[in-house]
Amino acid sequence: MLTGDAQKFYGLLFGIAFSTLLITQQMTIFVNLVERGASGVYNAPEAEVWVMDPVSRTTDVSYAMPSTALDKVRSVPGVEWAVPHLRAQANVRTKDGDLEGVGVIGVDDATLIGLPKRMANGDKSVLFAPDTVVIDDVGVTRLFSNGASPLGERLELNDQRAVIRGVSDAIPSFTSTVVLYTRYSNALNFVPGTRNRLSFVLVGVRKGETPEAVAARIEKETGLKAETREEFAQAGINFIIENTGIPTNFGITVFLGFVVGVAIVGLTFSLFIRDNIKQFGALKAIGVTNRKIMGMVASQAGLVGMIGYALGVIGTVAFIRAFSSNPFFKGFYIPWQIPLISLAAVIVILAITGLIAIRSVLKTEPAAVFR
Amino acid sequence: MDTTAIGGCAPEAAICARGIIREFEAGQSTIRVLHGIDTDIRSGEMTYVVGESGSGKTTLISIMCGILWPTEGEVKVFGTDIYKLSDTELVNFRLNNIGFIFQQYNLIPSIDAAANAAVPLIAQGVPLHEARERAMVLLDKLNIGDQANKLPRQLSGGQQQRVAIARALVHEPRLVVCDEPTAALDARSGRRVMDLLREVAVAPDRACIIVTHDNRIFDLADRIIVLEDGRITHDGKEMPDDH
Repeated sequence: MLTGDAQKFYGLLFGIAFSTLLITQQMTIFVNLVERGASGVYNAPEAEVWVMDPVSRTTDVSYAMPSTALDKVRSVPGVEWAVPHLRAQANVRTKDGDLEGVGVIGVDDATLIGLPKRMANGDKSVLFAPDTVVIDDVGVTRLFSNGASPLGERLELNDQRAVIRGVSDAIPSFTSTVVLYTRYSNALNFVPGTRNRLSFVLVGVRKGETPEAVAARIEKETGLKAETREEFAQAGINFIIENTGIPTNFGITVFLGFVVGVAIVGLTFSLFIRDNIKQFGALKAIGVTNRKIMGMVASQAGLVGMIGYALGVIGTVAFIRAFSSNPFFKGFYIPWQIPLISLAAVIVILAITGLIAIRSVLKTEPAAVFR
Repeated sequence: MDTTAIGGCAPEAAICARGIIREFEAGQSTIRVLHGIDTDIRSGEMTYVVGESGSGKTTLISIMCGILWPTEGEVKVFGTDIYKLSDTELVNFRLNNIGFIFQQYNLIPSIDAAANAAVPLIAQGVPLHEARERAMVLLDKLNIGDQANKLPRQLSGGQQQRVAIARALVHEPRLVVCDEPTAALDARSGRRVMDLLREVAVAPDRACIIVTHDNRIFDLADRIIVLEDGRITHDGKEMPDDH
């Protein structure tokens, strides 16, 4: 019946598809956005343990340690290697005279640990040249929006000369700030500092050891805070969730998506039942049981729901793909849990609206068909 | 299931109704629509139930075919006291023993004519393919076999009515109930439909009840029951002279 009524069929399809799109897309953006809180951790994939001052909370909210912390960490059993890592804020003046706040990340002078795994342009070894910085690809779009190549460009970084010689393929930070990578020793020069400059110590664990065990040992023996890669990434995500209004804002939108779905689908369902109440009455008079009628409506609603759901998910994929070149959406993906959550939402929408709508069918006396 | 005879009920009666009273609540008051109806409906006959609007004919027919509970009284259909059945048993009884032809046809708009005609069989659990085949036999008999794959909206009113007739008969019910089958038709078409119904719906082992107030077809009845204000005022082969 439902599939034979084009208007209501497409109305239901639109309701489900729109609701799915809103829920899936907003949850996808939310998850990817809060995961940006861990981008600093993800961009330094070699580090299995992050060591920091006990008050530090995330890669962006840290308190510098004395340089002796590095030696302390290196002396802890189970530590295969430990390298310094500096993260600071600075200002750059471009050739055009623009001022831009940037993040400066100092990676290990010898091993370049702390640099993102892949380069978008150039080679990691360019960092061994003097005054060199590697800019992240998001930074390129921010500082060189005219499409010009950033390679060889000079920047005035905190009153000092810096030359861009490479572009890293990095996950953008939560605020999409321009990030400049340089060697640790260079970073100390670029960033005016206090007595303590060491933001983090990145640690690799010895074979046969677990990051958790080594982190616990570092904490015990040095008094510093040590977290595994996963723990520190989660801390970055939690910081965004706890300290911004993002969960509330996205939560409201997802809730509205659900409400809109219930409203459109509920209204269309009710109209469908009302328009076909005589047919349902006829079926009941003939001898079709309520259970069979419910099964009939449920199977048709399920069919419409599945098509609408598929359209909504496809719409989300198309949205993410369409905006993939936008720096804000770089690296966005749809976690497998989100389509499942959307599916559950669609099932709940159909169940709520279907049950409300079909009540009138169940209440209808077969004799009504003669009136 | 009680199959014993009720008082004064002919053993060959398809339907035996005794003391049927039906009341409806209307706000604070109670309206009695049927006042103790006693009647039998016999197999092999085309029985008309006629009367003005509000006379109670639809209520009576609804009670006789098991879709509306009487306030008082007993109804036996082919020996079964239908209002002593459980809800599920009554639904199954209707499915297996009664065919309905509704005034508005009430075909399902999204399935084709053959599937519509096959609905009772499908509800009985007959496999879809077999149900369609059996429906096709009837549609052919009703001369609309070539329209079997069309949706109801693609059929004329007359064709839809034939599909509705096929749906009423496809499961070979012993009782066929028609509600105002000619109300929307001109005199000639109405008579054609009644001829068709007599041809396919009247059989020695089948009772056929037609609710109508269409005086153009009264001469085609085997028996006419006239209702006025919820009481039977006439029961005979022909209409009384004062109607």
